[in-house]
This record gives sequence, C-alpha cells and structure tokens, in this order.
Amino acid sequence: MTNNHIIDLKNISVSLGGEQILKNMNLYINDKEFITLLGPSGCGKTTTLRIIGGFLEPDEGDVIFGGKRVNGVPPHKRRVNTIFQRYALFPHLNVFENVAFGLRIKKLPEKEIRQTVDEMLKLVNLSGFDKRNVNSLSGGQQQRVAIARALAVNPKVLLLDEPLGALDLKLRKDMQVELKNIQQRLGITFIYVTHDQEEALSMSDTIVVMDGGVIQQIGSPLDIYNEPKNAFVADFIGESNIVDGVMVRDFCAEFAGSRFECLDKGFSEREAVDIVIRPEDVDVVPTEKGMLSGVVTSVTFKGVHFEIIVDVRGFKWMIQTTDYEAVGNVIGLRIEPDAIHVMKKSVYSGRYGDYSSFSDEIDMLSDTSYEEESVPDE
Amino acid sequence: MKLLSKVYNFLVFGFLYAPIAVMIVYSFNSEKSRTNFGSFSFRWYQELFNDDIILKSLYVSLLVAVLSALAATLIGTLAAVGIDSMKAPLKRAYLMVNNIPVVNPDIVTAVSMMILFVFVITRINGLNMGFGTLLIAHITFNIPYVILSVLPKLRGMNSNIYDAALDLGCPPLKSFMKVVVPEILPGIITGFIMAFTLSLDDFVISYFNSGSTAQTLPVTIYSMTKRPYSPKINALSTLLFISVMLLLVVVNIRQSAGVKKDKKTIKKEVR
Repeated sequence: MTNNHIIDLKNISVSLGGEQILKNMNLYINDKEFITLLGPSGCGKTTTLRIIGGFLEPDEGDVIFGGKRVNGVPPHKRRVNTIFQRYALFPHLNVFENVAFGLRIKKLPEKEIRQTVDEMLKLVNLSGFDKRNVNSLSGGQQQRVAIARALAVNPKVLLLDEPLGALDLKLRKDMQVELKNIQQRLGITFIYVTHDQEEALSMSDTIVVMDGGVIQQIGSPLDIYNEPKNAFVADFIGESNIVDGVMVRDFCAEFAGSRFECLDKGFSEREAVDIVIRPEDVDVVPTEKGMLSGVVTSVTFKGVHFEIIVDVRGFKWMIQTTDYEAVGNVIGLRIEPDAIHVMKKSVYSGRYGDYSSFSDEIDMLSDTSYEEESVPDE
Repeated sequence: MKLLSKVYNFLVFGFLYAPIAVMIVYSFNSEKSRTNFGSFSFRWYQELFNDDIILKSLYVSLLVAVLSALAATLIGTLAAVGIDSMKAPLKRAYLMVNNIPVVNPDIVTAVSMMILFVFVITRINGLNMGFGTLLIAHITFNIPYVILSVLPKLRGMNSNIYDAALDLGCPPLKSFMKVVVPEILPGIITGFIMAFTLSLDDFVISYFNSGSTAQTLPVTIYSMTKRPYSPKINALSTLLFISVMLLLVVVNIRQSAGVKKDKKTIKKEVR
C-alpha cells in the first residue's frame, strides 16, 4: 500500500429493482479516519455502507480493502463490522453473550473472551450489565451493547448506519461525543451514515455529501460549510440564502441589484453564478449604512438569536441576529467580502435558498415527512 | 338475564362434553353393557393392553405421528424461511397455495393422494400401499400447518440480526442456526406439536392411504365398531382424549406465554 487508503470504491454503480441507487461512485477512505456519508433518505448512503460491509454486490466497479479487491467476499470474511439501524442485538442472548458472540465464533479461550468482553463493556460504560437481558435495556444502552459487540472482534473499520437515529436529542448529543472519543482512543476507521447535518459537522474528519446516488462534495466539515460546491450542499448543510448573481470580474460579484466586493475569483467575465450567504454572516445596520435594505416580514425567537425573514426586492433572506427587529421595520443589511461565497451554476440552481415559503409550521411538516421517507431507506 | 346466560353456557358445554364424559365413565364399567354401570374397574383397560391389533395400530399411529411431524417441521420451517424472504406478490401466491390444503376437505386430499399413490404403484413393481404411503400422506398434510406457525415468528423478527451474525464473522448456515432458529423456535415447536396432534387425530387420510399393512389407531377403531361392540373402544378413546388434551394445554400455555412476552417488548419500544 503506497497510500493511506483503507478502502477504495472505484466506479461503483448499483441498481435495485430497476432504480439506479449509485451512479459511478468513486470514494477513498483513509485509515483511522472518521468519515461521514451525509444526505437525505434515498441518496444511496446506506447502500454504500452495505457494499462496504459485503451485504450487497455492486453491479459495476471495484471495492478495494487494504489494497485487495474484495468483490464477492462474503460479509463474514471481511474485517469490517457494522452497527445496524435499530441495533440488531440477539434477543435470546444476554449482554455478555451478545458481546462475546464474535469471539466465540473465533473459538478463543474462555478466559480471553471474558477479558475482552469486560474491557468492551467498560469502554461503553456498561460494566456490571453482563447478565442483563438485552430487551430490558434502554435504547441508549442497547446502542452501547451494539457498539461493544462490534468492537470486540477488533475490526479495522466500523460501519455505523444512523446509529443514533432512534435516540432522543439529549442522549444523541452525549453519544456523539462518546463515539468520537471511542474512535480516537481505538484509532480505527469509522464510516458513519446519517441524514443529520449537525451530527456530521460535529463528529467527522471528512464529510461526503450525497444526493441521488452521486457524491456532491467531499471535504472537511469546515470546507463543506464555508465552501459548498453547489446549491444542494449549501442548503443541506445549515441555513443558506442562495441568490442568483453575476461575477462582474475577479473579486467583484453583482446580486440583489448591487455590486459587492468578494474573495472569489477564477470565473469567466459576467458568468452567471449562485451566491451563498449564511444567515449569521449578515449584519443588521441602520438603513443608510446598509448595502441592501429590506422589510422584516417575520421574526422567530430561537434562544441564542432571532431568526428574521427580510424581504429584499422580492427575495426573502433569512438573517440571524441577536437584536430584536419588529415585523414591518425597514432595516439595512451589510455583507462583508468574506461572507460571500460564489458557486458555479448547477442542476440544483434555483431549487434552494429562498425563504419565501418559510414559516415554522411548514418547516415542521417537512421534517415529519422526512422521517417517514427515511423508513424504506432502512 | 344473568341466569339465562348461565343456563345457556351450561347447555353448550353440556352438549359438547356430555358424550365424552359418558364415554369416560363407561370405560371404567366392569360390565359389557352400554346401559348398566356395574362397578368401577380397569377391566377394559386391561383387555385393551392385551389386544395385539390395537397395540400394533397404536404403535403405527405414534410412529407415523412422530416421523411425519419431524419431517414436516423440518420441511415447513425451511419453506417458511424461503417464503418470508420472497417479494410481496410471489409471497402472496405461495401463501395462497399453502393455505389451500388447510381449507380443502380432508376427503378430497385423501382420495387425490390415494389416486396418485395407486397411479405410481401400478407402474413400479414391488411397491405397495403401506407405511410408506401413510407417512408421505401425513407429512404432506402437516407441512402447511408448520409453515403457518413459523411464518409469524419470522415476520416479527428483526431481519438485521442475521446480517449482524454474518457481520461478526459467523458463516451463513451457522448464523441461521445460532441466531434465527432460537428466535423462531417457539413457532417451530408449536408447529411440531400441531403436526403431531393432527397426524394422531387423522382418520380420513389414513383410511385411504394406509393399505392393509399399516393401520393407524383411528382406522382400527373404526373397523372395531363394525364388529360386535367392545367397551375396549371406550378405554382407548379415553386415553386418546386425555393425551390430546394434555398436548393442547401445552400448546396453549406456550402461545399465551409468547403473547405476554411480545406485549412486554412492545411496551418497552414505546417507552
């Protein structure tokens, strides 16, 4: 192995039931990396995981593990282990036997098994739970057993398929920290699948944003957030105002009827582009000092800040500010050069980034339908 | 009104169980009469266990019940696993095919099987109706019941646990035995007991498919009723009734225990 890649996916294509799930996917994963596959349900992230785990064979392309092609190698012969959605613990075995399962298959001596299981249960803070029935555990505890069980067999790579999806918010945050700690302590590769962008941002070394079976962007959480490649990524990760614009020349963009200084270059002259401005990067100022001005159409208190929707020449902007502005106020907006991110036009242009239909009610509705959609993905 | 419903209840159970009660009582009669009760005795039980024909048919019955239940359980469980993994339209088709023998009148099953056996036997020398054909017939009619009792267990199982076993390095067949089988074992056992009881209970299919060499107990009893009546039948029927009762009780206890367990896990998931 000349490079540091533990897994290489080369030109992977998969169709299931006549529908193409993955389209010519290329991805390499570095050893000891925490990599997250992020995307909406049906984007192909779980399918990617199943291909790496050996549960699904790609129609085309090569799966390379540690420099060797492993297409056709069955799951029980791969040195990767999976944390399944909804845990998949063995209900007829107690906690100890669940964790010991993989070790017993290897026919290790009883003493060694006991030692490893104890170690693993300690790692996930479940010491003393050996004899408990797995059905009597809470969701979070079951999750920990699943992690201990997978780690006990000492995998090179751990695959995690939305492992925290069934936990409540508080528990999920705790488990995020814990998972990250475990990964760093053991120094093994984690491949993590989620549709929760916040989870992805806070845990990952690398994020792979996917949609429609195609990788949209690969990068560090900072890159993905600050330099989204297209409107889909900008919208899926955090909140974004995405407006149509034109690159007048290097370092100068024109949108919303004004010209702005920016840090982007390398576009052809007068090229049509998408401009991303994060809601927290817009300063609210008195009208006469603003570069743009608009009318406040809605205000929502979010705890740390207010989320206000501002109508600027018909385009609704979302702005996060700590100062209260009443609905109907006319305010000025100031945008610094480093707040402006310019993207090439893509198929996603014009589909995202306008908050004109925005209200909390609609947001909630779309959230629930999202949860339901994620079921067939499982 | 309350009294009326009690009377009604009493009548229903009276009609259902009176004949059996009478039979049991008269099985302990010391006389041969069907009307006079002499004194309490085990005379007919004694004679029963000295009757070689009855004992032989009892042996045939038990043997065919055990063997056919074992075979049907094995085949039925594998079939259920296969059906469970099918896609919806195919699955529905298979389930329908599976259900037809269950609702089909026994006499049709019996006669059609006999015709098939005769068809084969007349074409191959040295074959005869006998224990072989009896066993095949019993296995055949038992399989659907096993499938019906195993399928719900498979459906209620988290299908990921099989994948999880593979994932932990367990080869496929071993994974199935170590993880899937324990999960569906209650269904398999219920299926076995059902197959065993149905086989023991069956008359029509055995009558048409056993030939003269391998008569089951019900067939023997039937031929006994045509000869001068012997209270041995009472004794025999009593024993049969009690055995089947015991088996039924076991099945019911198993099922209700299963239901309780399911309810518990559901509650936990809600929490």
